[in-house]
This record gives sequence, C-alpha cells and structure tokens, in this order.
Amino acid sequence: MNSHVNLERRRQAIYGWLLLTPAAILLSIFAFYPSIATLWSSLFSRNTRRRPSEYVGGENYTDLFADPTFWLVVKNNLLYAGVTIPVSIAIALAMALWANSKISARGFVRTAYFTPTVLPMIAAANLWLFFYTPGLGVLDQIGGLFGLPSVNWLGQPETALWAIIIVTIWKEAGFFMIFYLAALQTIPEDLKEAADIEGASRWTYTRRIVLPLLMPTTLFIMVNALINSVKLIDHLFILTKGGPSDASKLILYYIWEMAFAFFDAPHAAAMTIMVLLVLGIVAAIQFFYIDKRTHYQ
Amino acid sequence: MSNRIDTIGAVLLAVIWVSPLLFAVWAAFHSTSDAVNFTLLSPWTLDNFRTAWAGAPWFQYFINTFLLVTTVLIGQFILTTLAGFAFAKLEFPGKDFVFILVLMQLFILPEVLIVENYAMVSRLGLFDTILGVGMPYMASAFGIFLMRQAFKSVPIELHEAARIEGCGLLGILWRVYVPLAKPTYLAYALVSVSTHWNNFLWPLIVTNSPETRPLTVGLSIFGAPENGVDISVISAATLMSVAPLLIAFLLFQRQFVQAFLRAGIK
Repeated sequence: MNSHVNLERRRQAIYGWLLLTPAAILLSIFAFYPSIATLWSSLFSRNTRRRPSEYVGGENYTDLFADPTFWLVVKNNLLYAGVTIPVSIAIALAMALWANSKISARGFVRTAYFTPTVLPMIAAANLWLFFYTPGLGVLDQIGGLFGLPSVNWLGQPETALWAIIIVTIWKEAGFFMIFYLAALQTIPEDLKEAADIEGASRWTYTRRIVLPLLMPTTLFIMVNALINSVKLIDHLFILTKGGPSDASKLILYYIWEMAFAFFDAPHAAAMTIMVLLVLGIVAAIQFFYIDKRTHYQ
Repeated sequence: MSNRIDTIGAVLLAVIWVSPLLFAVWAAFHSTSDAVNFTLLSPWTLDNFRTAWAGAPWFQYFINTFLLVTTVLIGQFILTTLAGFAFAKLEFPGKDFVFILVLMQLFILPEVLIVENYAMVSRLGLFDTILGVGMPYMASAFGIFLMRQAFKSVPIELHEAARIEGCGLLGILWRVYVPLAKPTYLAYALVSVSTHWNNFLWPLIVTNSPETRPLTVGLSIFGAPENGVDISVISAATLMSVAPLLIAFLLFQRQFVQAFLRAGIK
C-alpha cells in the first residue's frame, strides 16, 4: 500500500514538472532571464567601436541622476500617474453609477463608455489628432466659436502632456467602469430600501454604503491604473513623440528612445531596473496589504 | 426630476465619449476641406478609403495581425492549459515556489523588458518574424492563473470517474477539464485577441518589414506626419484597421464585457 502511494506521488511529481516545462522555459527566456540580464547590463558601459564595454558599477545610475532629462521624464510620469489614476477612477465610478441606474438609453450609454477599450492606443491617438490639430482641429473650431485664439495643444510644453493625459483617461475609464458595474450589481437591493426607509438621501446612501462596499474594487482598479501609467505610452508615438522639448516624455518612451534611437542600452537598462523596482513595490503592497483586505468580500 | 438630470448627465458623457469616433467617421466619409469646415450637407464619399487602401499594404497587415493573434492564442491555450492544470490538480515538490515565480511575472511587464527581449528574440533568430512578436506573450502568467482557477472548480468526482474508466492523466485533462472550462477559454480568447490586435510597442521593435508588420505598426507609419497624409485619409485608415474588432465588439458586446470582467476579477 505504502509503495503504491509513493508511486502515485512520484508519478504526479513527474507529470507536474513535465506539464510545467513549456511554460517554465518561455517564462525563463522572456521574463526571468531578461530581468537578470537587464540588471547585469546596467552595470556595464556602452559597447562602442573605440571602447569595448567594461564594468562600471553604479555609474549608469549616477549618470541618470545627473541627467536633467531623466528627472523631467520622472516628473512627467508622476504627473501622468497622479492625474490619470484618480480622474479615470472617478469618471469610471460615475459611469458605473449611471450605467447601473434606471435611466433610458442605458444600452447606448454603456456601449459608448466601453468602446474606447477595444480600440488600439494608436488608433485612439489618430482620432484625437483631429481634435488637437491647431486651426483645423475640433477643439480650435469650438474655441473659435467663442472667439478664443487658436492653440497648438500638442506643440507647446504647457499643454502637450495634458493632451496626452486626456487621451489616456478617455481610453481607460470605460474599462475600469465594468469592474465597478460588476461590483454594484452585487450590492443587495434591500440596503437601498433600508436607506430609503431611514430617510437617507441618495448622496448619503452613495457615500456611506455604496462607496465603502466598492473599496476592494477601487483598490484593484488602482493597481491596474498604476501599471497602466507605466505601460500606456503608444499614443506618444503619434501625438507628440515626447516633445516639445521633452515636455510630454514618459519613462517607458524614454527607455525605448534610449535603447532604439540613441542605441544606449546600458542607460536604458538602468532605467528599466528602476521601473521594475517600483513595480515590485506595487506588487508587494498588493500582495501583503490589498489581498488581505479584499477577502471579506 | 433627479432621474432626468441623471439621464442628461449620462447621455452627455456618452456623447463626449464617442465623439472622437464619430468625428473620425465624419472625416473619413468627406473630403478633407468639407470635413474640417463641417459643411453639414456636403456629399459623402469613399475616396478617402480608396486613397488610404492604396497607400499601404493593408491586406498584408491584416493577414499579419490575424496570424499574430492566432499564433499567440494557440500558444497561450496550450501552455496555460498544461501549466494551469499542473498547478490546480497535481501535487509535487516545489509547486508553491514555482507558482510564486509565475505570479511575479504579472508585474514584470513584457513592455518594460523590451531591450533584453529584443536581444533574446534576435539571438533565437526570430527577429522580424510573427513568432518573434508573439512568443514573449505565450507563457502568460495571467492565463496560467486564470486556467488554474477554472480547473480548481472542477469537482474531483469527475476526475475519479474518468480515471476508473481507464483515462490517462492527459486524457482526463483533454476530455474532462478542457470542455468544462469552455467559458474561461472564451473569455481568455476575447481578452487575448483584443490585447494583441491592439499591441504596438513590442511589434514596432521586433518587426522591420511589411511582411511581418501588424496593423497598429502599419497604421503608425502610414499616419506619420512626415508622410503628409491628411486628416480624412488618416481617419479612413484608422477606421479600417479598427473595424473588425469594433464590429465584433458591437455584435458581441455582452460577451466582451463578461470576458474582461471574468479575466479581471478572478
């Protein structure tokens, strides 16, 4: 009997590892090895024809810290995250409350909110180009009706990043809406009835009952929005290319530019490591803090 | 009263939200000057689509995108089914440790590792191939996690029954687990296809010729300001390249929304 159990255990172990092998190989090739290789190459100097690559320790990092463009890009990305995350969450919440309420045209409203989610960022950027183009664009024409001067939204440092931010919010709010919508539908009807009997206003009901019940969903969306604030940069390629004078450049775009336009892989690697560190901290927070809080759902 | 205010607010926001798409439709079907001057009664035209279609190898791009999303999906289905099953139903030493490694990949975004992944793809001789574009996404940690959850909910009695009937482990996986997880596969397929149909940065880096370039990269090259393409033609090209996915979404809206939800919440 005992040997039979042992045999079964060994069989499972062999099968388990065999089934995992294909995924493990690809994960190693395209996630784990590249992470370590990035760390490694961030410690070496650039390989040029005149000077071969050599170990330089933290020099690439100190270079970046001394580079004003790097700090500008970090600042841009912080602003990008700091605005897109709360605003798109707030809009998503409003959308969900509306899409869940008993209004006419609910079907149209839901579709309209969600549609940007299925469009590529590149296409979204093209659509918005029609809004932002100076002189001919929709925004300028609307402004023109009120006698406002033409504004080059994408071409001036004060507005370029904001134009990018708006496209991002437009793209992701509808996606976040569906998670709120799903959560709203799990709130029992009798809570609303009880609140009505108690004479609570709709605002009180929303603030004291609905919002606390949506808290786990909000945290989940927040993590996603945070990741998006690193990841969503495709529209930069169409709208601003990070300009003018780096005013709308974000970190991932700068990494791409460093590696594939300036051919400076070591500095790109150093930046990648910093981004991975930030993502790692987010992961740790989610793992130890948020997961515990969402279990009471 | 408050209901009416709600309706107005909701519809107003909805109109704002679709307006970029509506303006693109307007621009695509009118001559550039009519489009930007908003000549409301101006004639509709298909010229922009003809110009756009002639301006780039769109048919090839469509084929490439189609091949790309299919390759990725098939790879993901195979890899995540095997790994998800191992994590859900088998006991073996090192399982928990490997599972944590897999979860870590959720935060190591493939987008961030572009430099080293590019080096790896070149080393494997896959630069400028569709397989090279798709491969980094096949062992998706997210998919493994999703399949693990789906397989976990399958009652063990079915597993035992199939085993008594003389089914091997892979036979049980194929005949019992895979059919029962169909809704999860469908959800995963919708999320995966729309993600990779829309993906841009990685394909931009790994492709270098019209024979491999997907729609998004083709569209970005076509719309580059250096090419001096006007807004009506860009709108036409944009609509063309989003049409299949957009139409599929409008037809199967409920399934799409359910899919994104299922994929997100589990």
